Amino acid sequence: MLNQYETVFIMTPVLSEEQMKETVKKFKDYLISKGAEIVLEDYWGMRKLAYPIQKKSTGFYNLIEYKVDPSVIRDFEVAFKRDERILRFLTVKLDKHAIAYNEKKRKKAKEETTEA
Amino acid sequence: MAQANSDIKYLTPIAVDTKRKKYCRFLKSRIKYIDYKDANFLLKFVNEQGKILPRRITGTSTKYQKKVAQAIKRARHIAIMPYVGDLLK
Repeated sequence: MLNQYETVFIMTPVLSEEQMKETVKKFKDYLISKGAEIVLEDYWGMRKLAYPIQKKSTGFYNLIEYKVDPSVIRDFEVAFKRDERILRFLTVKLDKHAIAYNEKKRKKAKEETTEA
Repeated sequence: MAQANSDIKYLTPIAVDTKRKKYCRFLKSRIKYIDYKDANFLLKFVNEQGKILPRRITGTSTKYQKKVAQAIKRARHIAIMPYVGDLLK
């Protein structure tokens, strides 16, 4: 049984571009090694936080949408907790409405890029 | 003028007190999913301090009020929205 999930995580702004990419890759590779199917990966860039976390006021946001067996999620979240480069993370299980919404959004974004 | 006004009988009720019926915007526009990543949209459901507005003010149905609250709480967790704010609007 595969469920679709979405994880947003925030990395510390002290990382260099390369370190940041490496961190993202680490978690992505972890998912792939557990047999996950990556649906979407989205890098939001450096964003201002609404309130300071660990005395940082900015952070790199990254989003991964994937399909995976539910048993993997627990270990995946533990990996986030153990990594001190991660300020915050949020994993959400997507229901059918959420999947439809995301697909619609993606289609829209695609159309805009092809037009431009 | 003040005296003349007191003698006026209104043919139609005064418009001051008539309230517009509130409606649930999610039911009306058939929105099924509320995105917690869209802070600008969620801003409509909080007051200036960032508190979630009650149903009696926004008119949202119970079903979607729950989802709005959930989305706002998620947005707060990932620091898209503040837990406490000042002059958000």
